[in-house]
Amino acid sequence: MGWLRSGFSSGIDWLDERVGLEVIETLAKKKEVPVHRHTVWYYLGGMTLFLFMIQVATGILLLFYYRPSAEEAFESVQFLMAEVQFGWLIRSIHAWSANLMIFTLFLHMFSVLLLKAYRAPRELTWFTGVALMGMALGFGFTGYLLPWNELAYFATRVGTEIVRVIPLLGDSLLRVARGGDDVTGATLTRFYAIHVAVLPLITTAILGLHLFLVQKQGMSVPYSIEMAGGTKRSMPFLPNFLLRDLVGWLTALAVLAALAAYFPAELGQKADPFASAPAGIKPEWYFMFMFQTLKYLPAHILGIEGEVVGILGFALGGVLFLLIPLLDRRTARAEPSRLFTWIGVGIIVYVVVLTYLGYTVDPTT
Amino acid sequence: MADNVPTPGTSRRRFLDWLLGRTLTTWLLSTSLGGLVLAVVYPAGRYIIPPKTGESAATSVTVPINPNDLLPNHAEIFKFGSRPGLLVRTASGELRAFSATCTHLGCIVQYRPDIGHIWCACHNGHFDLNGHNIEGPPPAPLETYVVNARGDQIVVSRRP
Repeated sequence: MGWLRSGFSSGIDWLDERVGLEVIETLAKKKEVPVHRHTVWYYLGGMTLFLFMIQVATGILLLFYYRPSAEEAFESVQFLMAEVQFGWLIRSIHAWSANLMIFTLFLHMFSVLLLKAYRAPRELTWFTGVALMGMALGFGFTGYLLPWNELAYFATRVGTEIVRVIPLLGDSLLRVARGGDDVTGATLTRFYAIHVAVLPLITTAILGLHLFLVQKQGMSVPYSIEMAGGTKRSMPFLPNFLLRDLVGWLTALAVLAALAAYFPAELGQKADPFASAPAGIKPEWYFMFMFQTLKYLPAHILGIEGEVVGILGFALGGVLFLLIPLLDRRTARAEPSRLFTWIGVGIIVYVVVLTYLGYTVDPTT
Repeated sequence: MADNVPTPGTSRRRFLDWLLGRTLTTWLLSTSLGGLVLAVVYPAGRYIIPPKTGESAATSVTVPINPNDLLPNHAEIFKFGSRPGLLVRTASGELRAFSATCTHLGCIVQYRPDIGHIWCACHNGHFDLNGHNIEGPPPAPLETYVVNARGDQIVVSRRP
């Protein structure tokens, strides 16, 4: 085996002379991960990234069979599920991994929120992270329509109708979003283009920036830990942290395989633009809290249509959420910030309760 | 060598010349850049706005449903141009027609025999058989159409 090793090392030398591998070596040796009682939260970003890579791989495979038209989309997915070897597996993993990715993304984001890891100098990391969440929701919304089934059809009707509340531009934006006045095959090709080209491109750019910032600034250590002082423990990223990451990723892969095998993605009925919305219509779970809120709002609030108030309220909430690092002055001054802890807890409770109601309240009453 | 020392007047003029030259260059550059951006952004922007398709101008349609097939306390969706409509036969046997597009967020409504009026499954909106929004989030009534049944034909038309 000696020849193999010497061949490998001379290959490395050859590369090193041309591209300078020592930069990578220095970076890898320098990267340390702090060890304390909140270290577990550091794994969630990497987990989200892993699931995103699964999405890219399975997404590319789905493109081999999928046909983006109102006439063929449903049938091509049906063919994929029934005829193509392991087609059901690839599609089910894509669907499950999408859901798990958004779930770990939420956990990652809320852990950052509650540990106040958004404080200076990591404001940009927070902004890019919130932007990535927006991208993930965009992926979910556009991908949901692609099988062209009944549930997706109505979710898209409702979801696109929402842009109508934007003053002045609403009707034009609705036409841009749908590719016409109604949800049709034109909407499908548009969503397809956004799902497989536009969002991946933008996401890759923002993700690159997000990871660069994490690499540059290192992991944030929560104030409570910093204040407690004591000896600062840490572990090298390579190989200690990465190996622990890998354990998580392998577990995630096993969970995905099990979910895909026991609960394969469903297809349902083909979309029919001339059929009533079926009872029990619902969006993906991560939109459920907003969907359920819209159900509870009365027709008019202070003379304004209820859904306009609700949708503009969520939009405003989203902007404030993005700006948290700038609004939280106490954390910026290195003081404990109870208010923002409670805001974080409040958001989590609201999302959990409304999501729970969305799945348990009888939709016909 | 003394000639080389600029008097205040010439230096000011030089500065003005320089500034004017600069401004002209900047102006030329920025307008051509602006023109270039516009030449790219405008067509791309227009491209993603879909062309207007002729909105169906139909003011009445013959519904392909035989009046005898539609039982009391039941309803059917029909095509009114490119939009869905809902034809209801009330419990008392009367025929009524509505736009089936919910006024809340555009789902397609249905008739529920169990409660005897129109319901939208998406956000739990209720409309009575005059199209009025009576419960839930819909902010406005459904558009109602005129129904004329002659023999085995049903003609639905927009109200004038």
